[in-house]
Amino acid sequence: MRPILMKGHERPLTFLKYNRDGDLLFSCAKDHNPTVWFADNGERLGTYRGHNGAVWCCDVSRDSTRLVTGSADQTAKLWNVQTGQQLFTFNFDSPARSVDFSVGDKLAVITTDPFMELTSALHVKRISRDISDQTAESLLVLKGPQGRINRAVWGPLNRTIISGGEDAIIRIWDSETGKLLKESDKETGHKKTITSLVKSADGSHFLTGSLDKSARLWDMRTLTLIKTYVTERPVNAVAMSPLLDHVVIGGGQDASAVTTTDHRAGKFEAKFFDKILQEEIGGVKGHFGPINALAFNPDGKSFSSGGEDGYVRLHHFDPDYFNIKI
Amino acid sequence: MADVMIMKDIEATAFRLGLDLSSIDLDSIHLPPSDDCGIPSDDEDVYEEDNPEFDSGFGNVIVVDNVPIVPMEKFEKLETVIRKIYSQVGDIKENGLWMPLSSDSTKTLGYCFIEFNTPQEAELAKKETQGYRLDRSHIFSVTMFDEFDKFMKVPDQWAPSESKPYAPGENLQNWLTDAKARDQFVIRAGSDTEVLWNDARHLKPDPVYKRSFWTESFVQWSPLGTYLATVHRQGAQVWGGATAFDRLMRYAHPQVKLIDFSPGEKYLITYSSHEPSNPRDINRVVVNIFNVRTGKVMRDFKGIADDFTVGGAGGVTGVSWPVFKWSGGTDDKYFARMGKNVLSVYETDTFSLVDKKSLKVENIMDFSWSPTDPIIALYVPEMGGGNQPARVSLIQIPGKEELRQKNLFSVSDCKMYWQSNGDYLAVNVDRYTKTKKSTYTGFELFRIKERDIPIEVLELENKNDKIIAFAWEPKGHRFAIIHGDNPKPDVSIYSMRTAQNTGRVSKLTTLKGKQANALYWSPTGRFIVLAGLKGFNGQLEFYNVDELETMATAEHFMATDVEWDPTGRYVATSVTSVHEMENGFNIWSFSGKHLYRVLKDHFFQFLWRPRPPSFLSAEKEEEIAKSLKKYSKKYEAEDQDVSAMLSEQERERRRKLKEEWDKWVSEWKGLHEEEKLQRQNLRDGEASDEEEEYEAKDIQVEEVINVTEEVEVEHAQERTKA
Repeated sequence: MRPILMKGHERPLTFLKYNRDGDLLFSCAKDHNPTVWFADNGERLGTYRGHNGAVWCCDVSRDSTRLVTGSADQTAKLWNVQTGQQLFTFNFDSPARSVDFSVGDKLAVITTDPFMELTSALHVKRISRDISDQTAESLLVLKGPQGRINRAVWGPLNRTIISGGEDAIIRIWDSETGKLLKESDKETGHKKTITSLVKSADGSHFLTGSLDKSARLWDMRTLTLIKTYVTERPVNAVAMSPLLDHVVIGGGQDASAVTTTDHRAGKFEAKFFDKILQEEIGGVKGHFGPINALAFNPDGKSFSSGGEDGYVRLHHFDPDYFNIKI
Repeated sequence: MADVMIMKDIEATAFRLGLDLSSIDLDSIHLPPSDDCGIPSDDEDVYEEDNPEFDSGFGNVIVVDNVPIVPMEKFEKLETVIRKIYSQVGDIKENGLWMPLSSDSTKTLGYCFIEFNTPQEAELAKKETQGYRLDRSHIFSVTMFDEFDKFMKVPDQWAPSESKPYAPGENLQNWLTDAKARDQFVIRAGSDTEVLWNDARHLKPDPVYKRSFWTESFVQWSPLGTYLATVHRQGAQVWGGATAFDRLMRYAHPQVKLIDFSPGEKYLITYSSHEPSNPRDINRVVVNIFNVRTGKVMRDFKGIADDFTVGGAGGVTGVSWPVFKWSGGTDDKYFARMGKNVLSVYETDTFSLVDKKSLKVENIMDFSWSPTDPIIALYVPEMGGGNQPARVSLIQIPGKEELRQKNLFSVSDCKMYWQSNGDYLAVNVDRYTKTKKSTYTGFELFRIKERDIPIEVLELENKNDKIIAFAWEPKGHRFAIIHGDNPKPDVSIYSMRTAQNTGRVSKLTTLKGKQANALYWSPTGRFIVLAGLKGFNGQLEFYNVDELETMATAEHFMATDVEWDPTGRYVATSVTSVHEMENGFNIWSFSGKHLYRVLKDHFFQFLWRPRPPSFLSAEKEEEIAKSLKKYSKKYEAEDQDVSAMLSEQERERRRKLKEEWDKWVSEWKGLHEEEKLQRQNLRDGEASDEEEEYEAKDIQVEEVINVTEEVEVEHAQERTKA
């Protein structure tokens, strides 16, 4: 089907997130306004105004009432999804890069960038049901990784936190004690910056994308490398179909290195791979710039991509897609 | 600056200073430009390497022997004469000429010592005056002072040299005996150099040999494929062998930059240029010719760079390689080089000039050998403001007689293309129009093998068309031209003899508006790849010239190179690291079917291993071609087996992957189930992931929509009231 072009952001997209029901799509961009869209027809529902810098990441609670966003203005904010009202602001001393709600939405992990002489860090915050009880204090602050931590998510049963970033190492931390439990080793791990990390629907495995032009699939509990998907360009975004055994990989030449000669040179396609056979199935073209964000609708029947070009493209799959055989 | 130092020195210094070298990025260090920081300059470095054991400080002294023995009265006169002879060659140092006297100081001893300012001058003096005839009985014999010791050590008695027992070498042609008749190729990516089989049946390359840091700049096959040459700071090396690649020979040549094999791979020419550290010094060039098998230097040429850059495209940018061009065929009999107004032809029997004389050709611009015969075609541009026409001549070696000559008028440029059998020569002539403002193009076609070498003129239908590429069909009689204006040039194919028209060139077809800028004929002829490289993003068209039809069009995006395998069965297209992206290569069948693709970052080189010419006679080959059906059955059956096996293997592989995956999934499911209760607790008892829950929420969403509808109704009511 023809993709729906959603033009609401004025700057490159940074992150996309569907709510659990799959009817809303949240988008973050380098302009300051996270936006919510109807995931079905791409109609814009509203924006969340209040940030004063690029918004890097967001997460929505299971019941679709709360939104948390992390921004370069050195804050993470909680929002009322329905009204767009700002509920709470976590202040940091450096830009917030990634946010993730835990199972049960009572905790959130927020990562902050290295800034001046501050190192990067993972902050665990308690999220209160009643907003009046919300405090800014961190339950736990984890430090250690070199460079930016581009993504941190909760492991099974909130017992662990998984992080990946510029030092190309995936780490599993104990979310209670803050102890480093596991690290990906040099041989099986990524060779360059990990740009994205996405969990499977059931939280049993996760997929990482890296500038080393590959995406890798890992077991969430043991950090065993299960699959590797190799492409021809740096990977900025990854997504996994909840329905079929497909993974989608997006990326392209670095925006600053994009040539002016031919848009095909950059390879700005979203590439589909067979999750099990690790073979390429096909690609979805369209963006005029690298793909920065990818998300699958939880029903597996559509996906959306966000590009450096400032567009969100919403793709509903044709019936043929569900019968692909390779 | 950093690269003129020898690594060993750096390491030694670092050790002395207690530095850890690995922590230092040498390339990032910049020395002040004027100060040499005690680093030996390039030139001295080379010089020291040349004569490490004789460095006695007398490198600039020569000994001249066979000087007349004169009494004291004539001493001064003789001194003046000698001084005159040698001051022409170089600067003699003050008090640098010393003629010893006999013990009673009555007469000279018949030799003298001359000290020059520099060793280079001394060497030059030796070269220039060796065998100088002062008069009939006094022929100078000049020796470097430093070489005296060496000559003194030569034993007076001749002793038979020890003969080494013969050690049988490996079969260097072993790769040709591959049971599957596959071809090899070498690739260079990153720091690795790899030789691989092209296993087209299995749709993948099959590794043969791999080595990191095998070469310091590039690799090159010898023309018959026997050797693989690597290039290093100290010189070149060749590798080969039956199974692996062992070092067969080393050729010492410091700072070697370029290498070239003779067509019969008997000789290897190496080239280095030594840029002076002082810009006012001359740029020295050293060319060595080695015997490939023995490693001996057969001849060396030293000189200033300007001597090697005459004519052609050289000039400012440097030497047009190869400096020495070899005569055709595999007997490696002659090689030639262009000088200012001369063409020097050497023969390999003696490694000296044929008839001891260069060929005087005023203003020679370009020359080329016939690929098969000892015939040179040379081009001389117009002289005297057009009074003397430009000309193309064919010259027979060793007789040096002119076989054919063609005068050409108002020529701006000429390019010569030989057909691979030496049957035809095409000369692409760019001429000025009358106004001299623009040029137009024509071709002069020489039929070398016919009596009197008839010449035919071919002009394109549109004379103003620019020629973008020209290529002869190997071993054939056809040629293809890309002509026209850039975005969509035309491709024309001509034949030197068609069935109706044996003695004249005739056009077979013109393909209009092709995105192509390069032509690649199959080495066996008949098929041609029209490629649009670089600016055209790698458009490929596989064209059958016999049928005059396109077999396939394809694209290898950003492709920079196209190369046919030596048998004409496969085509390799590659993207080398001129761009960052897409580095790697594709293998296609001759008909344009994409077979496989390999991606490699920092991909530098792709080279098919050449094959020596077939031993089969032409009749035999024809016979095989006739009964091809008979043979092909066997191979088709083999192909089928392989593809059956492949699909079987593939099925097996998939089944395995699937099984592995299922194992993971079942494990995950189990754990997921186990943790279900705990998850529920985390969600305050809210039953978790099941579908029922999901639908319940759908209703909530509906409510929201209802609210908005009510608002609209109110609005509507208001509007109706109004």
